[in-house]
Amino acid sequence: MPEPQAVPKLPKAPTGIAGFDEITFGGLPAGRPALICGAAGCGKTLFATTFLVNGATLYGEPGVFMSFEERAEDLAANVASLGYDLDGLIAAGKLAIDHVRVERSEIEETGEYDLEGLFIRLGFAVDSVGAKRVVLDTIETLFSGFTDPSLLRAELRRLFGWIKDRGLTAVITGERGDGQLTRQGLEEYVSDCVVLLDNRVADQITTRRLRVVKYRGSAHGTNEYPFLIDEGGISVLPVTSADLNYGVAEGVISSGVAGLDAMLGPGGFYRGTSVLISGEAGTGKTMLSSSLIDAACARGERCLSFVFEESGAQICRNARSIGLDLARHEASGLLRFEAARPTLFGLEMHLARMHRDIDRFRPDVVVIDPLSALRGPTSELQATLLRMIDLLKGRGITAVFTSLRQEGVVEAADDLGVSSLMDTWIKLLNVEANGERTRTLYVIKARGMSHSHQVREFLMSGDGIRLVDAYMGPAGVLTGTARLVQEAHERAESLRRRQETERRVRDAARRRAAIERQIAELHAGLDAVADEERLLRDEDALRETALADERDELRARRSRAE
Amino acid sequence: MTGDAAPGRYLLRLFVAGTAPRSLRTVESLRRICEAHLAGRYELEVIDIYQQPELAERDGVVAAPTLVRAAPAPVRRITGDLSDPGRILRGLDPSLAEARL
Repeated sequence: MPEPQAVPKLPKAPTGIAGFDEITFGGLPAGRPALICGAAGCGKTLFATTFLVNGATLYGEPGVFMSFEERAEDLAANVASLGYDLDGLIAAGKLAIDHVRVERSEIEETGEYDLEGLFIRLGFAVDSVGAKRVVLDTIETLFSGFTDPSLLRAELRRLFGWIKDRGLTAVITGERGDGQLTRQGLEEYVSDCVVLLDNRVADQITTRRLRVVKYRGSAHGTNEYPFLIDEGGISVLPVTSADLNYGVAEGVISSGVAGLDAMLGPGGFYRGTSVLISGEAGTGKTMLSSSLIDAACARGERCLSFVFEESGAQICRNARSIGLDLARHEASGLLRFEAARPTLFGLEMHLARMHRDIDRFRPDVVVIDPLSALRGPTSELQATLLRMIDLLKGRGITAVFTSLRQEGVVEAADDLGVSSLMDTWIKLLNVEANGERTRTLYVIKARGMSHSHQVREFLMSGDGIRLVDAYMGPAGVLTGTARLVQEAHERAESLRRRQETERRVRDAARRRAAIERQIAELHAGLDAVADEERLLRDEDALRETALADERDELRARRSRAE
Repeated sequence: MTGDAAPGRYLLRLFVAGTAPRSLRTVESLRRICEAHLAGRYELEVIDIYQQPELAERDGVVAAPTLVRAAPAPVRRITGDLSDPGRILRGLDPSLAEARL
């Protein structure tokens, strides 16, 4: 059969497994066998079943499941929990299951034989439903049923050739062996595409991973990708594909706390950025994030909150103490809490789960509370968080992370090494003085906006969160009761000063009155003197007149006497 | 030895793949053995799996040729071209093999 080398792109058969088709750029090689290998319990059969079921239901490609291990009814029962109705598909003629039972004790070998029976059964099943897809699970079981491995190998080679000739897209599963991918070295025969599933336990936490070991004729993601098996089936998360070329969401969203918005130049956080709220225990991280959630939901935005230390109901109840009714938003479907113990999964699984939940819920705001609950090796942690942030940014989701700072830990270690990834960092600090603790808040950084560098006192009451300007004066920065005392002190001081001034004003007024009185007296004296002066002048004038009269009379008398 | 438990009738099904020389050789070989050791006590059905693949599925036949002893229970399968009469007899019924020796 001529290889389809003239075709520029290898034809592919999509598996319908979320994420897998992305990392393989389309799915498994169409018309060829692919090997899915891994240790027991890592999801090989489920992967294969999903491939068939999706083929039959989504892509109109009927399939044949040739099971060498489980009986048809067991298979159907196993995947029924995922919502796969194998019996229904069989009835609809879209699926055929053939259970090939190979029992060493029941088989006596004498002379030459071949596996023509298998070929014919497979061919019969394929023809009965017009199959395009085939699963052989796990064909290595044949090696336990027949004694002649060289014959089996030759037959397997023939089988895979036959599958290619028929143009069937086949998934062959194989158990992980020592030093090689499968026990019987199947990878030698199925060389087009090999996918390795892995189920690793580190620190008692299991993480499922998938790696495309080989994909002839096609590019593929080479990393190990975490994958998830839950009630939604398999999802593979190509999270490392995230890059930095995401668009920038415009707009500003309120933090739900007026005082905090006022500290930030544009009046809130930029939409689609990441916000870190770090602080010690009991500094109000969750309350601050709850305020933000309430504000977002009140705007009609969707919020998804991943909580690792409390249940959603508990957060709702606690938020009521500051007058926030989160339960209302939860009831209206705008808010969803996803609570899980951090130890329930490994880091990758948490990320995987979040990825899936985010894609399903399509939130505008995501809260992770607290980020510090996720534990793991530092390098892995940082890589995981980086991908998480990229994941959120890539979708234009505003992300709020809270982080618990250990008391007494050096400053640099309190941000999990992610502060550089955060656009805004709000630090809540307990100030301990004069026998009391006071909550304070700083905006450490806010990318792309001016912001206040000053400390604010953080008050929580039934009316919500209020930020109060801390006292700043000659006595330093004071908060809490000390601030109140200082303010009272200042008030008393200013009152005293005012009274003093008033007294001096009164004094001055009195002195002025006295002087004015003196002036009035002097004026009176002056007037008296002037009167006297005038009187004297008048007397003088009268006297002069009298004298003149006398002289005139005398002169007259003399003249008469002469 | 033959008297114990009167084994009743043997119900045998031989699955062969087409009419290749090996298939014919197998059928012939089996008939000879049965006639020699189970004369009058057996029923042999020869099935070409190309013609009746659904029967191969029903009897769980993987390899060809395969001889299935459907009765007496338990079901036994003998795979190969039946070139060794001793092993065939042992496969069909160990007591027969011993009788022959």
